[in-house]
Amino acid sequence: MTSSAPTPCACGTIDEETQFERLDEVISQHRDKPGALIPVLQIAQSIFGYLPGKVLRTIGEKLGEPYSRVFGVVTFYSFFSRVPRGTYLIRICMGTACYVRGGTEILTALRTELGIEVGQTTDDRMFSLEVGRCFGACGLAPVIMVNDIVHQRVKPDAVKGLLAHYRKLPRT
Amino acid sequence: MQSPAPKIATANDLAAIRDSARQCLALPHGQVREKILLCAGGGCIASGSLKVKAALERGLAERGLSGAVSVVETGCLGPCMAGPVLIMGKDRVFYQKVSEADVADILDGHVIGGKVVERLTWQEGPARTPVPLQSDISFFKRQTKIVLRNCGEIDPLSIDEYIGRDGYAALAKTLSSLTPDQVIEEVSTSGLKGRGGAGFPTAQKWKFARQSPGPVKYVLCNGDEGDPGAFMDRSVLEGDPHSVIEGMLVGGYAIGSSQGFVYVRAEYPLAVERLQYAIDVARSRGLLGSNILGSTYSFDLEIRMGSGAFVCGEETALMASIEGKRGEPRPRPPFPAQKGLWDKPTVLNNVETFANIPYILLNGGAAFAAYGAKASKGTKVFALAGAIHNTGLVEVPIGVSLREVVFDVGGGIPKGKAFKAAQIGGPSGGCIPEQHLDVSLDYDSLNQLGAIMGSGGLIVMDEDSCMVDVARFFLDFVQDESCGKCVPCREGTRRMLQIVQRICDGKGSLQDLDLLASMGQTIKCSSLCGLGQTAPNPVLSTMRHFRDEYVEHIVDKKCRAGVCRALITFEITDACTGCGACLRACPTKAITGEKKRKHCIDRKLCIQCGMCRNVCKFGAVHRE
Repeated sequence: MTSSAPTPCACGTIDEETQFERLDEVISQHRDKPGALIPVLQIAQSIFGYLPGKVLRTIGEKLGEPYSRVFGVVTFYSFFSRVPRGTYLIRICMGTACYVRGGTEILTALRTELGIEVGQTTDDRMFSLEVGRCFGACGLAPVIMVNDIVHQRVKPDAVKGLLAHYRKLPRT
Repeated sequence: MQSPAPKIATANDLAAIRDSARQCLALPHGQVREKILLCAGGGCIASGSLKVKAALERGLAERGLSGAVSVVETGCLGPCMAGPVLIMGKDRVFYQKVSEADVADILDGHVIGGKVVERLTWQEGPARTPVPLQSDISFFKRQTKIVLRNCGEIDPLSIDEYIGRDGYAALAKTLSSLTPDQVIEEVSTSGLKGRGGAGFPTAQKWKFARQSPGPVKYVLCNGDEGDPGAFMDRSVLEGDPHSVIEGMLVGGYAIGSSQGFVYVRAEYPLAVERLQYAIDVARSRGLLGSNILGSTYSFDLEIRMGSGAFVCGEETALMASIEGKRGEPRPRPPFPAQKGLWDKPTVLNNVETFANIPYILLNGGAAFAAYGAKASKGTKVFALAGAIHNTGLVEVPIGVSLREVVFDVGGGIPKGKAFKAAQIGGPSGGCIPEQHLDVSLDYDSLNQLGAIMGSGGLIVMDEDSCMVDVARFFLDFVQDESCGKCVPCREGTRRMLQIVQRICDGKGSLQDLDLLASMGQTIKCSSLCGLGQTAPNPVLSTMRHFRDEYVEHIVDKKCRAGVCRALITFEITDACTGCGACLRACPTKAITGEKKRKHCIDRKLCIQCGMCRNVCKFGAVHRE
């Protein structure tokens, strides 16, 4: 199991004004490229941690896209979130290999330990829980991803220790 | 970054780099007398290979060997379950499950002492005989590597090492001596079919796009490897990104395109990072951009990241996504070769398809076609996962039998359990039962069994997998991932899921089976895109090969694999020591009992989650 810390997103460390300045920069870099909307949304999510309505409206206005279209795109793709996520986004793989190797039991353990359901975030904004569709680490099933770090061959009784490890890491 | 590295402006420049890189790849060269090829594929990184690398480098420095032994981070070597793995470059001794603690033994024993560290070698057979040399290990011995030719051999971030293994030589040959028609002809001779799943002949696709009029055309690479259980594309992008870039460059020349996009899923951050690095280097060296290798051909590449939508693996949906829209498919015709991205003629091929192209152009289509069976030529990369000993990535000539892949390369089923089925082709594919283990792994033979070659995900299931539950799993997947544009897929897969769920809950009837079969056929015929057209396959194929299991669920209310929760119960046996582990683990507080006394489960409260069985160290929780 990898124990190094994943890079948490930059959200929360910089104030909103700076975040919007960065967004403006990104938009002006992408404005003339065809098909800019999705890359801009992806970067915006990494700046803000999620995509609040205000951000979507700004992006829509500056890229000349109606809000309805921006909203339509955001709700279509599962990577975009319109609600704040925890410092650590835990995605549990429910691909075929992980499923047949006991992924459901890991999910049960995570739900029990965190006290939240899939799609929710803990009250202390530490963890969000989501289900993923295969991270391509099937040879090491079952796996979970915490931000960008893959944890392999997770066992239900190891979940507690794993969460404790992340709780101990310094929060940004 | 290799910023001071010179531009590669002509074929002669390329040949010069190749010659000097060849020397560097050979051993010994200069000061370097040994190379450690350490797997830094996604799997081995998850197993801790980067820590091993740091430990190796520390250890080498301590022993004053830093210049004499180099540690190379390579792409995926294949056997993920044995990770972190490494190969000692000179004599190609293979070490597995290497941890930081093993580094001293490798350096003192092998590098300095010249002796193989036996405890870290691969072991084979019931006697667990050590097999030190990579070339003797049956997992490697039976493979033929064309797509993965550089994975595990070179540093994926080094363009020079790629060139040293004849990288970009196919591009040079193409630009200097072949017309676009000749390129297409060569690909046609090779018999290469699209490796993404559908198996459409690549040359034909290119020909249609070439014939389409218009000055602007696009080449797209599909790296939206969405099939659960598939990780071939990820490994190629991580382990040999330049082979994909070169394949796309050749494709662009063949159809007359100057712009390409690689669509990679967001779940693969490492693949995106390495590919982006490779693109930047190729551009700075002049292999992407204008007048490549002194020719009139210009081509550039951009990465577009997916955002988590399975349907975007479908070609028209993928294009919609690059255009910045919801990834919904559209009816064909017009086909992308006529009207694709931004309504321009477009060729879309899979990562593995492109990785084959340099080999074909360099060695000739006939050399490629020498591998394979019947109408399917070349090799295929499979991702082995599930209940199989050697999980990981393998490349075999098309036409070998499923039995060879599962038992000879894959090492069979662990823990003495029995093979039950192999799920091949992901949510579009099917399950192959034991009686068809000898099926040849080619496009046609698999189709006849109701499965498909698909992208190459091969998940082995043993007696612990319930085939009805597997069908339910895939239906749950497709109905969740259905984009919702067409009714048969959106509504149909959901209704099918409800029916299969009912069967899993022990509330099904035998008529349900007929209903599932007829709905499946309807959805196949009437859906708009490949997702819907293949969505019923997992159900239809399990009903075809495992009908008795469905009947058992319906009539006997039994799940022989012990998976379907409504049909199983848990009981604590006399083996219980009263340790209390299950009591603490139970999420519904269904377990009671005094310390050091046998515990018991309240069936009314039990939700059959199985946590008690997982935590019990005494095997005292019985499932029926």
